[in-house]
Amino acid sequence: MISESIKTRFAKEVAKYPVEQKQSAVMACLAIVQQELGYVSADSEEVIADYLGMAPMAVHEVTTFYNMYNQHPVGKYKLNVCTNLPCQLRDGVKALQYLEKKLGIRMGETTTDGLFTLQQSECLGACADSPVMLVNDRSMCSFMSEEKLDQLVDGLRAAEGKP
Amino acid sequence: MNAENILSQFRATGVQTCFHDRHINPQIYAGLNGSNWRLKDYEARGGYQALRKILGKDGAIPTAENGVLGMTQDQVIATVKESALRGRGGAGFPTGLKWSFMPRQFPGQKYLVCNSDEGEPGTCKDRDILEFNPHIVIEGMAIAAYAMGITVGYNYIHGEIFSTYDRFEEALEEARAAGLLGNNILGSSFNFQLHAAHGFGAYICGEETALLESLEGKKGQPRFKPPFPASFGLYGKPTTINNTETFAAVPWIIRNGGQAYLECGKPNNGGTKIYSISGDVERPGNYEIPMGTPFSKLLELAGGVRAGRQLKAVIPGGSSSPVLPASIMMECTMDYDSIAKAGSMLGSGAVIVFDDSRCMVKSLQRLSYFYMHESCGQCTPCREGTGWLSRVVDRVENGQGRPSDMDLLNSVAEDIQGRTICALGDAAAMPVRAMLKHFRHEFEYHVEHKTCMVPAYV
Repeated sequence: MISESIKTRFAKEVAKYPVEQKQSAVMACLAIVQQELGYVSADSEEVIADYLGMAPMAVHEVTTFYNMYNQHPVGKYKLNVCTNLPCQLRDGVKALQYLEKKLGIRMGETTTDGLFTLQQSECLGACADSPVMLVNDRSMCSFMSEEKLDQLVDGLRAAEGKP
Repeated sequence: MNAENILSQFRATGVQTCFHDRHINPQIYAGLNGSNWRLKDYEARGGYQALRKILGKDGAIPTAENGVLGMTQDQVIATVKESALRGRGGAGFPTGLKWSFMPRQFPGQKYLVCNSDEGEPGTCKDRDILEFNPHIVIEGMAIAAYAMGITVGYNYIHGEIFSTYDRFEEALEEARAAGLLGNNILGSSFNFQLHAAHGFGAYICGEETALLESLEGKKGQPRFKPPFPASFGLYGKPTTINNTETFAAVPWIIRNGGQAYLECGKPNNGGTKIYSISGDVERPGNYEIPMGTPFSKLLELAGGVRAGRQLKAVIPGGSSSPVLPASIMMECTMDYDSIAKAGSMLGSGAVIVFDDSRCMVKSLQRLSYFYMHESCGQCTPCREGTGWLSRVVDRVENGQGRPSDMDLLNSVAEDIQGRTICALGDAAAMPVRAMLKHFRHEFEYHVEHKTCMVPAYV
């Protein structure tokens, strides 16, 4: 369900653009929905399409073109580890492999308790901070040594009461 | 501890990458410490003086005729031309010249766009500017808008740096509240509305026309040029697009003059430039140094090659620029002309360093996968060619290469280059051709011995 508070956030984005160009806010609206509901469903796309005066397919084109939109439900914490070349040179791949082992899943999968989804990602634009990882699209975590990965995963597990 | 607190512990502080004493005569990064990004701090550093300098004090816009104190639009553009500031996003196009292409007398809406979609592998300089000195970009954009007679602008920020996007929004609010953005800026008749927008994970949106498509709420597929954005840009209106660092350079130029900026660098390559150094160095990070500084000096600032190893190769301007072997790189100075003469590109100034333990086949394998992944699929040579390149490099790396594969890679790369709407095709082809030009023996070794020539790395 798209609540009134979500629509208030939509309105703030729409206000940035000329009145006849409401469609420009589609990227932001999809990101807001994902933050609030975890992923972008076909129903959410329809609500956004209606709100912005777009064809639902035009919204779907955007959802499927950009890598960060979740087209299906994911774990409560989506971990995107950068493995692009500058990070590969500084243990980015090792960080991903360490998480695969620690979480007992392969990249692209979600843990059975629904807590973590692990993904490989392309350049996050934080190359000097490698190993870097983006958590739930909005929190960039830098210099993620194995020790810090332990702290992060164990900390989140404890916070969710699943140590 | 709740989840938010846990995650915030791992947020970058900028200490390693930005707040160090290893810049040389910095302008954009000068005096930053991570907690002084707000308007009052920026003003204490001389911020918004350039904007005050150009705007007439009595409410009229200075023109050549009316004698109002300040700077006319033509004077601002002439100063930027004199400075030899060149586009910091990758192309190195002269900024003042670009500004002069904007049809100032166009009667309808015109737009100014800042390209902060920083996703070229190796590049992380704009993030530190926006995070730790956001007002310098706002001031630079306001000056540009004034010079070109533009009243609306957007800063399109890489979706992966969301906290930086949030901070920029906060800085915009501060500037609006202080009358530095909006209507009648600083009491003059100059109006400029500036907004922030974000991407959400598409490398191609760093290409300026793909960015415009994205800003219009569509898939980020590049447009055919011409028409160029100066005549047909955002919503089909005249639009000027510059990189974040380019806008950030402008306030200093207006305050100190074009000639002074030029003298910071070298002829045709004015000012300072921020280099993002990643890979095998002791201290990866951002380094702001004068244009024309020797590469060897930059490497020294970054602490030299990691663990005392030998330098093998450098990608000098982001992943799309051709790799150069150490012997050539050590003779270069860091500016557009020197790197071009050596057969590569300064690009975005992202310097990726390889030590002598690195396998160039494995390195290229990761890059070729990236370009395949990020091709927007619009042009056949890129859509099909990037996949082909990736699969062939993959099999060479994995010991299934054929003796003809090196020629095949060159041939596919040649057939992509120059045959696509945007530069992503070229960006995928150039690393392949350069790796084969300088390190062909490593590819041949892989094919012949089905294993790596240098100790494998993960």
